Amino acid sequence: MDKKVLMKGTDALGEAAIRAGCKCYFGYPITPQNEVPEYMSRRMEEVGGVFLQGESEIASINMVLGAAASGVRAMTSSSSPGISLKQEGLSFLAALELPAVIVNINRGGPGLGNIAPSQGDYYQATRGGGHGDYRMPVYAPASVQELYDITMRAFDVADLYRTPVMILGDGMMGQIMEPIYVRERPDVEIPPKDYILDGAEGRPSRIVKSLILDPSEMEEHNWKLKRKYDLMAHDLPQWEEFMTDDAKLTIIAYGTAARIAKGAVKRARSDGLKVGLLRPITLWPFPDEAIRSVAKKTKLFLVFEMSTGQMVDDVRLAVEGKVPCEFYGRPGGVVPIPQEIARIIERYWLQKEL
Amino acid sequence: MAAKGKITIDQGLCKACELCLTVCPDEAIRLSESLNDKGYHPAEYCKDSCRGCALCAVMCPEVAIEVYRG
Amino acid sequence: MKAVYTRPKSLKPVPNHYCPGCGHSIIHRLICELVDEMGIRGKIICIPPAGCAVLAYNYFDFDVCESAHGRGCAIATGFKRAQPDKIVFTYQGDGDMAAIGTAETLHAANRGEKITSIFVNNAVYGMTGGQMAPTTMIGQKTSTSPYGRRTDVEGYPLKITELIAMLPGAAYVARTSLATPAKIRDAKKAIRKAFEVQMAGLGYSLVEILSPCPTNWKVSPRDSYVYLEEKMEKEYPIGVMKDNTATKDTETSCFRKPS
Repeated sequence: MDKKVLMKGTDALGEAAIRAGCKCYFGYPITPQNEVPEYMSRRMEEVGGVFLQGESEIASINMVLGAAASGVRAMTSSSSPGISLKQEGLSFLAALELPAVIVNINRGGPGLGNIAPSQGDYYQATRGGGHGDYRMPVYAPASVQELYDITMRAFDVADLYRTPVMILGDGMMGQIMEPIYVRERPDVEIPPKDYILDGAEGRPSRIVKSLILDPSEMEEHNWKLKRKYDLMAHDLPQWEEFMTDDAKLTIIAYGTAARIAKGAVKRARSDGLKVGLLRPITLWPFPDEAIRSVAKKTKLFLVFEMSTGQMVDDVRLAVEGKVPCEFYGRPGGVVPIPQEIARIIERYWLQKEL
Repeated sequence: MAAKGKITIDQGLCKACELCLTVCPDEAIRLSESLNDKGYHPAEYCKDSCRGCALCAVMCPEVAIEVYRG
Repeated sequence: MKAVYTRPKSLKPVPNHYCPGCGHSIIHRLICELVDEMGIRGKIICIPPAGCAVLAYNYFDFDVCESAHGRGCAIATGFKRAQPDKIVFTYQGDGDMAAIGTAETLHAANRGEKITSIFVNNAVYGMTGGQMAPTTMIGQKTSTSPYGRRTDVEGYPLKITELIAMLPGAAYVARTSLATPAKIRDAKKAIRKAFEVQMAGLGYSLVEILSPCPTNWKVSPRDSYVYLEEKMEKEYPIGVMKDNTATKDTETSCFRKPS
């Protein structure tokens, strides 16, 4: 039986990465994710991996790129302003089809913003914040156990689809301590890495490149990536439903906001209101089908985000106007308590005469 | 005096930068009257005075020159 | 007769895309000659730049990983840390090395990364059309310094090689030139030494190569090599700036004082 231990989010993340076979960590300090590089600097030494503090976020993501091209599992972590700097590398990783795991412990923004938990980077994460026509799987865990499991999964997804994968958390997710099972990596068959550079001994030379000057060849590369994204959109969506079966009002929230929303749902239920929660775990690909299927049962969607409203766009696209879709947001690093969300639920319940 | 060396120039590769002409101590290279596929007057081996020093090949940016000595 | 100079095997048998007289193709050939002579095709990894030499992978018949502009040393660092038994080198221009990639370059050198940088200095941004580079000479006209580089406006030519030579992590630092066949041979010796320094695990090695860009200098190939020797070598003196190996490199001809 796996051991259950009390662990902080950032430590769980680091430990899961190491047990997933991550050989290289490159990162640059930025609050609120410094515990990740600190943990990795300690642990990588113990397991014979590589920890290196880069001179910038740009350097760190490119170190990840180099390590990935050499065939090892590599990761980096940062927080919002740092993730902005990494966008160049993300675009290249996507173009070169190199696997990597990138963690964003989202803080308040734009600009320097603050260091409090926020969900303001949803657009940047899910729209492929870098240049060019690409997508990237984005996972939004809502508990330390899920953070652990998703981190492990992220490395497999990165290798299976040859893509960068983002884990989008926030300061709350990183700092929270919960008892978790420190599981070993499940058996996942990874296709042989026939694209890596390991020296052209006894074989033709290989090139890892994204420069495709001929527009029709570039178009073909774009369509090739698109076919891969379609495959991911089919295979990867993950979500959690909580009391949605009979819910007249369904909250949609992810990550820390979903934890708060769950508390609010429980309060509303104890007051006799039929309220449920749908929590996207993958933000890209977005669980459209799950939302459409709940839309058949529920009367009102209420999207709650710790931003001025970003995921709500994806929800509305998925719902296709079939059910009204309201929004409630607290941007800037404000973390509301469940009572606040419960009050909002109650308000809509009365207004809409549910 | 018979030449101690000789060179071959791949005229298809030549871009007529003339660097081989400038370094040849034996004045054994000149630009051809004719044009190559790229539209340059390529370098050609013109005199039997080559000593096989290979300076032209060291200089040639197109790797168009091979040198023989014997 | 015996062949004494033929095309290196690890240089693909294809015409190159470089302009007439360009130094890149000479440097490509030197690298490929060394790869053949040292028998390291199965271990060497090249990180080419963004710039004219981005297409180096069309010519090098060994493993090549593209880089974003300026990130060569970071990618090389990640690669080498993951695979310490490989020989990893970046091939970078002046803008790549000394403007957009200054941080990556200096820090890789300062950490003593066991990588090699081949730094091609032609004092302009070649591929984008001859704009001013950090290494553009004082008074040199470029498409973005049409009045000539003025020190009070554009500052001074950046001597990143000298900067790197001061860092303890750098084990071998040399500046060479392509101006004459003798200097080209010495450039090759310097690159060989740089690879050997990396293979011996001594630290970061850097070979700057002064190279002409006839097209953007707007001179003939012949004149560009004269400019290279008479002007650029004055601003950027050639020689070995640092050599931490047991067999110091000061004996090679190009680094002797002119008689």
